[in-house]
Formats: sequence, C-alpha cells, structure tokens
Amino acid sequence: MQRYLVLEDGTIYPGDAFGAQCSAVGELVFNTGMSGYQESITDQSYNGEILMFTYPLIGNYGINRDDDESIQPTCAGVVVHELARCPSNWRQDRTLDQYLTDHNIPGIQGIDTRAVTRHIRQKGALKAALVDQITTDTVAQLQQQTPDRHPVWSSSTKNPYPGPDTGHKVVVIDFGLKYSILRELSQRHCNFTVLPATATAQQVLALNPDGVLLSNGPGDPKDVPAALAMIQTIQTKIPLFGICLGHQLFALANGADTFKLKFGHRGFNHPVRDLLSGRIYFTAQNHGYAVDRESLKQTNLTVTQEEIHDHTVEGLQHQQFPAFSVQYHPDAAPGPHDTQFLFDHFMQLMAKQAERKTN
Amino acid sequence: MPQRTDIQKIMVIGSGPIVIGQAAEFDYSGTQACLALKELGYQVVLVNSNPATIMTDKEIADRVYIEPLTLQFVAQILRKELPQAILPTLGGQQGLNMAMELAHSGILSELNIELLGTKLSAIDQAEDREKFRTLMQQLKEPVPDSAVATTVEEALNFADQTGFPVIVRPAFTMGGTGGGIAHNDAELQAIAANGLSLSPVQQILVEQSIAGFKEIEFEVMRDHADNALVVCNMENFDPVGIHTGDSIVYAPIQTLTDREVQMLRDAALKIIRALQIEGGCNVQLALDPNSYQYYVIEVNPRVSRSSALASKATGYPIAKVAAKIAVGLTLDEIANPVTQTTSAEFEPALDYVVCKIPRWPFDKFTQADRTLGTQMKATGEVMAIGRNLEEATLKAIRSLEIDSQDLTDAHLSSLTAAELEHGLIHPQDDRLFYLGEALKRGYSLQRLNQLTQINLFFLDKLLHIVEIEQQLQAHPQDLAVLTQAKKYGFSDASVARCWQTSSEKIREVRQQHQLQPVYKMVDTCAGEFAAATPYFYSTYEQENESQPSSQPTIVVLGSGPIRIGQGVEFDYATVHCVQAIQQAGYQAIIINNNPETVSTDFSISDKLYFEPLTVEEVLNVIDLEHPLGVIVQFGGQTAINLAAPLAQHGVKILGTAVADVNRAEDRDEFDQVIKATQIPQPQGHTANDPAGALKIAEQIGYPVLVRPSYVLGGRAMEIVHRAADLEYYMANAVQVSHEHPVLIDQYLVGQECEVDAICDGQTVLIPGILEHIERAGVHSGDSMAVYPSQTLSAKVQAQIVRYTEKLAQALHCKGLMNIQFVIQKEQAYVIEVNPRASRTVPFLSKVTNIPMARVATRVILGDSLQDQGYSSGLVQAGSLVHVKAPVFSFTKLNQVDSLLGPEMKSTGEVMGTDQTLAKALYKAFEATKIHVPQHGTVLFTVRDEDKREAVQLARRFHELGYQLVATQGTARTFKQAGLRVQPVAKITEDTGLLDQIKQHQIQVVINTISTQKASAVDGALIRQTAIAHAVPLFTALDTVTAILQVLESRSFVTQAL
Repeated sequence: MQRYLVLEDGTIYPGDAFGAQCSAVGELVFNTGMSGYQESITDQSYNGEILMFTYPLIGNYGINRDDDESIQPTCAGVVVHELARCPSNWRQDRTLDQYLTDHNIPGIQGIDTRAVTRHIRQKGALKAALVDQITTDTVAQLQQQTPDRHPVWSSSTKNPYPGPDTGHKVVVIDFGLKYSILRELSQRHCNFTVLPATATAQQVLALNPDGVLLSNGPGDPKDVPAALAMIQTIQTKIPLFGICLGHQLFALANGADTFKLKFGHRGFNHPVRDLLSGRIYFTAQNHGYAVDRESLKQTNLTVTQEEIHDHTVEGLQHQQFPAFSVQYHPDAAPGPHDTQFLFDHFMQLMAKQAERKTN
Repeated sequence: MPQRTDIQKIMVIGSGPIVIGQAAEFDYSGTQACLALKELGYQVVLVNSNPATIMTDKEIADRVYIEPLTLQFVAQILRKELPQAILPTLGGQQGLNMAMELAHSGILSELNIELLGTKLSAIDQAEDREKFRTLMQQLKEPVPDSAVATTVEEALNFADQTGFPVIVRPAFTMGGTGGGIAHNDAELQAIAANGLSLSPVQQILVEQSIAGFKEIEFEVMRDHADNALVVCNMENFDPVGIHTGDSIVYAPIQTLTDREVQMLRDAALKIIRALQIEGGCNVQLALDPNSYQYYVIEVNPRVSRSSALASKATGYPIAKVAAKIAVGLTLDEIANPVTQTTSAEFEPALDYVVCKIPRWPFDKFTQADRTLGTQMKATGEVMAIGRNLEEATLKAIRSLEIDSQDLTDAHLSSLTAAELEHGLIHPQDDRLFYLGEALKRGYSLQRLNQLTQINLFFLDKLLHIVEIEQQLQAHPQDLAVLTQAKKYGFSDASVARCWQTSSEKIREVRQQHQLQPVYKMVDTCAGEFAAATPYFYSTYEQENESQPSSQPTIVVLGSGPIRIGQGVEFDYATVHCVQAIQQAGYQAIIINNNPETVSTDFSISDKLYFEPLTVEEVLNVIDLEHPLGVIVQFGGQTAINLAAPLAQHGVKILGTAVADVNRAEDRDEFDQVIKATQIPQPQGHTANDPAGALKIAEQIGYPVLVRPSYVLGGRAMEIVHRAADLEYYMANAVQVSHEHPVLIDQYLVGQECEVDAICDGQTVLIPGILEHIERAGVHSGDSMAVYPSQTLSAKVQAQIVRYTEKLAQALHCKGLMNIQFVIQKEQAYVIEVNPRASRTVPFLSKVTNIPMARVATRVILGDSLQDQGYSSGLVQAGSLVHVKAPVFSFTKLNQVDSLLGPEMKSTGEVMGTDQTLAKALYKAFEATKIHVPQHGTVLFTVRDEDKREAVQLARRFHELGYQLVATQGTARTFKQAGLRVQPVAKITEDTGLLDQIKQHQIQVVINTISTQKASAVDGALIRQTAIAHAVPLFTALDTVTAILQVLESRSFVTQAL
C-alpha cells in the first residue's frame, strides 16, 4: 500500500506502508545506528518524533521481549529504506511490522533515506507527516500543526513504582526513562524507586534516597520548568546524576541555558572526550537540544566532557555538590558500553555520602 | 601526544610476493603507510621483494630496496641505512615474521633499532596458540577447547570431555589434508587414525567444533593512549567452518541484535586493550546462532586482508592511521581524510550494504580440490556496494568475471537431488549457485538452513533474487517488474536472459523510461555530516550525489579481482595511468571493484566508482560523466574485453583503436597482419570442431599447442604430442564451436622472450627485452626472466626490434603492447601479441627507469614519444642484471599439479638484482624462499625427452659434491653415462622415497614427469610431497641450470690431479 512521507517544506517522498494503518505527524529525526532499532523505537526520547534510520536494512532480527526500552513506544512513526521480510534471530518473537501494528505506529519503507537525511542536514530539523493520501492541502495542514509541547508528561510514569533490592536507595525521576538505566541500577543492586516527572523535592526527600537520577526524556528541557526547583533543592543534599534531558534540566536548574541543535545527535558513534583524563569514549546519543557553553560561565557548573568534533557540552559537574550529568546515554542500549562506568561513579558518590551520614 | 621527534628514519617491511592469503591488500596498506610517514616528515626506507607493486615505486619512499625478505639481505640494508625504527605491522604475516626474525637475530638491539607499533611481545601473545589461550583465560574470554593428540585414544579422551562434534586437524599436512569433523566415537576413530598416519609428525589437533556458528569480525584500532574504536564490523554469510578469506562477507553485521553486537564489541576492545595493540587489528569471533555463547577464534595483531576490505567498505584509511599511531600520534590528533574537519577518532556509520565475494582460481586449476574449509584458497576478492543486500550480492557476483550474472548456473540444473545436497553440505566455491538451484527447485529456507547452517535472513535474500527472476520470466516487457529487478541489482544481461532479448534492448528500454542508476557517496557518516569523498557506488534510487566534473575527464578501467594471470601488476599500471592523466591536466575517474588494491583508494583518482566492470555499469558512469574517453589498456584482459562493446555504444576508446585491438586478438585477422608484415610465426590454424583440429595438427605436425581463442593466462592451453591426446583434449578440455574456435599451433621448442613496447604511431620505444630462463612451453608468467638479455645474439635482438616496430606500426598501436617471441635456430618467431599493458610493465619500468605506463598514457593523450624525449628502438641497458622469478601457492591448493606448462600457475613474483646473473639469480631464488644448500642429495625423475639433458645437470651437481638419487629409468640413464647414482623404487611399490623427502634427506627435487605418462602418479606424489615439506622443487630443466649457475658461482672447483 502506498504511503507518503511529507515534509513541511513541501517535499514529498512516496513509499510503501507498513505497521499501523494510520497517519502521523511529528518532527522528522534520523538515527545513524546500524543496529538497535528496537531500543530506539521504544526509547521515550523519540516521543512524538518520526524516527528515520539511515542504515537501509531495518527489521533484520525482528523484535524480542528483552530489548524494549519502554513498554509503550511513543515515537510518532518510523521511516526505513527497506523492512526485512524474513527477520531471523534466536530471540525474535515478532516482526517489526507486527510490533508497530500492535502499538499503532505507522511505518513507511522504500524511502531514499539518504536523500532525506541529506535534506535534513541542509535544512535543519523539519516537521513531517506520514499519510496514505496526498491532497492539495496536505502540506498546508502539516505546516499548521503544532507539536505537543509536553511529551514528557505522556512518556513519564503516572505513578511511582519500586525496584526493590538490597543496595543503594536511588530515586529515579522519570522524564521518559530508558529501561537500560534501570538495568544498570539493578546490576548494581540498587533499591530504586521511580517517581513521575512531576515529583517534588519533598516527595523525593521523603524516600530518603542515597542518590537521585534524573532520566532522559523527550523534547525541549524548557518545557519541564517544574523540575528545576526540585533539582535546585535536591542537589544540595543528595548525590545527583543527570542523563540526557536530565543533564539539560540540571544545567537549567543551575542557571545555564539550552538551545536547539540544527538536526540533533542521534546515533551511537559520537566520540566524547573526558576533559580531565583526556580519554575518548564512543557514546550513544539522542538529543535535539544541548547546553549552551557560554551560558555556563555564570554558573557553578564545570564542563567535564565534550564531543570532539562539534564540541557540544557532553558532561557537567557541580563545583560544590556531588552532582554531575552527561548529555549522552551511559546506559547505551543501543550503542557502545564505553561509559557504563559512570554508574559506578554514581555508586561511589552515594557510598561517600552514606559514609558522611554515618560519621 | 604529538608525533615522535626522536626518530627520523623508519624502515617499512613489505609483504613480498603475492601468494594465496597474502595478496594486493598489503600493497595498499604498505603504500598508505609509507605515504603517511613521509607526510609526517620521516625518511622512509622500504624493503620488499615484489616489483609488481606501487609501494616499490621510487616516489613512495625515500629509499626503495627491492631485495629478498630474508635475514641476510634485510640485515645488510639495516646496517647500511641505520634507521632508528622499523614498522613491521603493515606488511602482512611476511613483514611480521621478518621483524620477529630480525629481533631474534639480535641485530635490532645491536643497531639500537626500535620496532614501532604493536610490541613484539603482544604479537607473540596473539600468534602463539598457548599464550593466546592463556591470555583469553585471564580475560575470561572464551576460546574453543582443543588438545594435541598423538594417539587415537588421546583424541577420544578429549571428545569425552568436551563432547561432539570435534574437528581433527593433522599437523603439517598440505591444505588441511586428512582433517575433518567427527560427530561420534566411530567417526573420530576413523578420522584421527587417518590424520595421524598422514601427519609427518604423527600429531593431530583435536578441537571443539564450533562449525555452524555465526562468524563475526571486528576491525579495531587502538592508540598508545588506550583510545580504541571499531572501524567496521562484518558478518560472514558462510558460518564458521570456512576460512573467512574464502567466505562471502557482508558489512555491517546483519542478523545480530544490538545487544549481541555490543557484547562482541566489548570482547574485541577488551582483547586489543589487553594485547596493547598500537595500530590496526582484526578480531574474529564465533557466535552461537541460538544463544549468547560466543568464542574468540583469532586475533591478527596487524593490518590484514580484512582491514583493507574494511577500509574500502567504510572509507576509513586503516593503514594510514595505523602508521601514524605507530609514530606516537593518538587517534584524536589524526585528521579524518574523509571529512577533513573531524579526526580519526570516530566509528564509521554505513548507510549501504557491502558484499565481498572471494575470487577462486578453480577456473585455472580445474583439477584442484574445490572444497572450502579452514585453508584459504582464493587468490583475490571483489567488493560491491548497494542499498540492499540483494543488489550488493548481485553486483559482487558479476564483478567476479566468472560468466555468472546472478544465481543461475545452467550446469547445475542437471544435478540429482543427492548431488545438489552434497554440494550444499560440502561447500565449494560455487555453493552460492547451488543455493540458487535449490531455491529454484523449491527447497524451503528451513531445509537449506539445516543443510548449510546459513542464516535464514541471508537465505531469504537469495530466495528474493530467485523470485524476482521468476517474475521477470513470467512478465516479459513489464516495466514495473524491470524497475523492481534493477532496484535489487539485476543486470541488464540477467533481465535480457529472462526476457529472451539482448542487454542492448534492455538498456534502450531503461533509457526510454529514465530508469537509470543514481550514485551515492561513501562518506563514513551515513550523511550526517558534509563530506567530500570522491567515492561513489550506483544504486536505483531517487537522489544522485555524483556531480559530473566541469573539467575534462578521462575514465580508466581497472582490472577487477586478483586472479591467476591477472595480478597486482595491472593495478600498478592503472594507478600510473591515473597519475599521468592528472599530471596532464585532466581529471581521472577509476572504475574498479577490487577492495584490496591501491587503485581503489579514493585518494588516488579524482573520482572512484566502485562498480562491476561490465559494459552496462561502465556505460552508466559514462552517461553521467561524459568523459573525453575511456582508457582500457592498463586493466588487463578485463578492461580490454570491454573495449569493443563500449565502442559499439559510441564510447571513445583512447589509445589503440578497437579495430586494431581486434586485429591483434582475432586469430584470422592477426594472420593477415603477419602476412602483410612478413614476420615469421609458428604455423597454425583455427579449428571449429574436433575433426578440424586433428586435420590441422596432422598438417603442421606434432607437438602442437592447442588453446581456445581469446585466452587469458593460458587457460585450458596444452601442449599435445599425439593425435589420441588431441582427441581427448577436444572432447574434455574445451567447448569448441564456431563462436569459440580452438587454435592449433605448431609448438616450437626454443628460447622464449618478450618485449613491452610503447608506440605513438610513429616512434616505437622498446624499453627492454625480457629473456625467459625456461624455454617455450612454460607459460611466460611462470618463467623466470632476466633483463637485459644474456644469451640472445645481436642478430636475434635486431630481429626482435624490427618485428616489434613493424607490428606496432601495422597494428597502429597507440600506447603499450606486449609481444612474445620464441627463438629457434637464430630466428625469432612471434607467438603472441597483447595490444595492452602486460604483467611485465612494472618490472620493466623499474629496471629500465622508464615509467612505461605513464609514458604510454601521455602518448594516448597526444604527447608524442619524441616530445617526451624518447626515440625508436631498444633502450640501452644499464650494468645491473635483474631477474624476475615466479612464486606459487601450491601449498594452499590440494591436488593442483605443480608441473609447469603452458597454463599459468603462479600467483606472484619477486625480483633479484645484482651485478652478475648468478648473483641476481641467487637473490631471486632467495626471495622466492627457494634455498638450495651448497651440498646434499638431489633427486632426479625426468621424462624420456629430458634424460640426456638431465645427465649434464646431474654431473654438475655431482661436481659440487651432491649425491644423486633417481627413479629407475632416470637412474639407468645416469649409470650408463658413468654417474654414481642411487636408484629408488617406484612409490607404488615402496613409499621410502616420500619418507626421505619428508625427512629432508633430499635437498633438491627435479621432476619433469607429466601427468599423461604411466608414471604420472609417482611424479605427482613426489611433487606434492616436496611442496608440502618445503623441499626445493624444479619442474623445468632450465630452472635447474639457473640454480646450478648460482651454486657453482658460490663454490670452488675441486679437481683431483
């Protein structure tokens, strides 16, 4: 069945439908990872976005029960060059087509995804739609659509839930978190509680945690102003670790500014330098906004890491408090495991804090 | 850390001659490394014995030594040059072994020379089986269990512990002979017993079998600051069990979830960090298709064939970066030449599929054991890029030049089900076509997966190809089906076959409907950043990224995969041609498909199209680029074969006109040329059927040389001595028809020589005459050759010059041509004319100091030879003697007869240069690793025709102090001639002789017994045993004369009074 990828600048790419029989609107973003489509599609950071993969063969190993990054994917649509018709992997229990149908997400294949990527690269991020019919006002309609300003609310959990274990007590603020963050905490036996994005400092402190983790999530950090007060209070009392959107919120809470990138970082080959050690790591990234380096000057934050090519701020450390953040995903999934040690660093901060308490 | 300033002079060790397992990829990596070091301001001293390479060009290093890669010679160069460091990790295993040998000899510490890059201890840890195993255990990285067994019981005990199946590998047998997989006690008993008996040391390795696992490769880089990255990951189509060099490989990984990919990436990086690799490294892993269980198969602590492939597959120049790491730079300090704005510290993202298919020599070695296993047999490989896997695969298939366009092999349609399944279970080089046939017969993917363990994902891609073919057949002239077929990589020729029409018709249809390919850039970053790589591949999609140049351009066709008869020499000529074009102020575009070579380095040309070398694909590029013309004479037979069809499509062929090429290649037309120029040639005629062949042979008299027309490297060529043999040949060796006639020539016994000439229409420049050591009958590519001529009389040389000038002018040659002569009784006869650059161009260019391919290119572009400062005639030779010697890969190929004949068998060449012939010969033999001691025992087994001559040679051996051993007939002749000889029994009666060879009680084997004789089995066995045990073997008496000359020059005469 015919389907169209329509861009707000009027460019139309015809392709073939797969996944759900519905249309979709959202910002079109591209991801350069050559594997890991399941993790990306279920990544809440893509909430409301139409996700396009630059690797041309997608769906090769199907979908399995283990690699989801959330239960309910919220990306608006999926654009691929070619959907595998015979996926094959021992863990596969569904095809990607089936999975998207089940979750009411439309997909389109047969697109010259490289052409579209180059288009976005030149024009910057664009609004797009997946539609099954083109009418004279399809483009005009698309142009009038306004994006959801609060994707965090639909991605975040509505209710707190626990991950009981015997280790450090960690409160995770869910702005649209990836399960891989929880997997990393579980592996370190953390006794965590996930709170909704609306959590207040009081609610957090009531749980008496050893550490607080600000998760990743979708959209513009400035659309989540309520979190800033919470962070301002918490960072003075409890070790804090911010990831992705959590990193941006940590920066905003400390008086820095954020801005929208021309077309974002989405993929997992972004080299990041640790400015202290000089070491370079390959990181998984998914962000359309970044922290403004200039704006950090008037804050108590220090840049600890940067992308080696465009020098995006990739890591921050508070000068007084045991609080730090990274723009990328140390939890990987998909992507390289080069920076998983940051969770160990978080564990050490919590251990120190516990020591201080007992002393 | 910035680059090191405490060293100024660095020696780079090359990889020596091309052999199976070590091919042109090391010319590519070595050239890159030398240029990178020069770029950083170091003085580079290069040593390599292979003259056919770009890396041994004067421009590549400050000092180039084409000398044997042996301790003796490399040590001498070290003492002379006194470099502060050696870079050994870019010259393949040969370079690495040489460095190890130098280190162990003590010369490096004596001269205070440092080894750059990965430390020797790390190399040892990676290559020594036990040390590697210990390291893996420390790292908790799993390796398959294995044990050495000297009895069947030990083997059974091992299997008891690890469980079946197990792999048995006998120690020191050729091509893995006697090995196998055992699934139970009974099988193991049989295989182990057999393996133990075949092994010269009665030893077998029993290994836990992981055959059927997915085979995954990671190309990784690390610098001394411990930054490490993955350049490329790859997945083999063929599961574990087939050497990765013989496997079809896709990049990137196709069927692994990210969790699996990252698990293996972690393992690969952990290993290279533990080994402290500084530079490039290849890690091979096996992954259970049904669990997370994986094993580390192997680590190559150096750049490799896979790294060349990964470089071309991603655009990331591994060797260049590795060389820079070796001199202290870190990955983030090295610029990324693709983007020019970012650094080498990045992991490429691909937005296309890469397919590599090996090129095997079985079209030449029809008798060879074609079964694929743990011993690599391919001589080269092709790579293709597509936006889907089907497209990449089909493009790769037609790049192979094996007369296949797709998965259809008509010969397989007559197979029985049992034969078909046997071919699927026991893979040969043609398994892809067996799979195609099985899919056509309706085999299910599941069934095929059971038979082959190939992943369903890949099998389904093949099924898709078969389905599209069936759709084409069902819907002739259907544009929608055609569009679909083109999108998935079908050639016009494949479509034409399905539609029972011609490729031209399909091309017309495509042009009518604007069904044209677009070209996409290989940019390492999947389009995320702007890139300026002039590196493109075709696909049928929407956006074209290749903008034709506004400047005048010229297209150069490359020579495709390395195969016997068409080696790295043609890549050399191609690269030189490109450089000359650029110097003349034009833009040069290369079309080629060989990932191993220098020519497919995108920085060589102004634009690289990585495409199959077919009429269709070349025309497509021309349609886009509108070049001034196409140069075909440097890309071997591959390119020259495209000249006529391209010209028919109106393409301007630069250089010798197509009609004149045809006059040189078509037998009947060439006869006219010969008649007109009155140049002697052996009598001969063209036969269109077996009866005609017999008649011609009778007319001209036996022996005759028979060959199919349009030959390359002497394929299916044979010398036939009698009518019965000719009948057999006509019935079995060739398919004779009016379209494919067979040439029957008088076989002249005599000295052979060849010339490469450059002609501009007026002047005929002859840089040199290359005199063959072996007389006619041994293929010119397999002959040792010497420059300048040592024995040809002035009269004969004058004839050669005159005939060459006449032929060049008669054929209106513009550019290079090659002529082969046989000399009999002071008369030169022309036996072959190649209207193109030949395989001797690099050798002659280097020894005569005339850059022949460049000069020829300038001629083609319109500069006369006179303008370039050259005049007609034979160029005066210098004082040095240069010997070119062939190198063979027989140890890798079971059941290939090593007897030299009119069929070419060598895979590479070396050069020996010195002041006298004997010294030059010595170096040439040393460089080919044929080391004949000053005394010992020599075994003679020669055919009747050779016996008289053999007596003379035997006498000379005797004079040197050699003991003589000979088989019955030969011994009788020797005795009659008064020589002391020890006769040995027929092998069929007593295998003692073979044991003597195995135990190195015999130092030289001379064997000329051909396969047609009754004693053929003995002859073949003796040769095989000698090769397997590295005992110098000579199958042509002229080569023996040469080695005697060397031995005699090194010894004193002992004369009793």
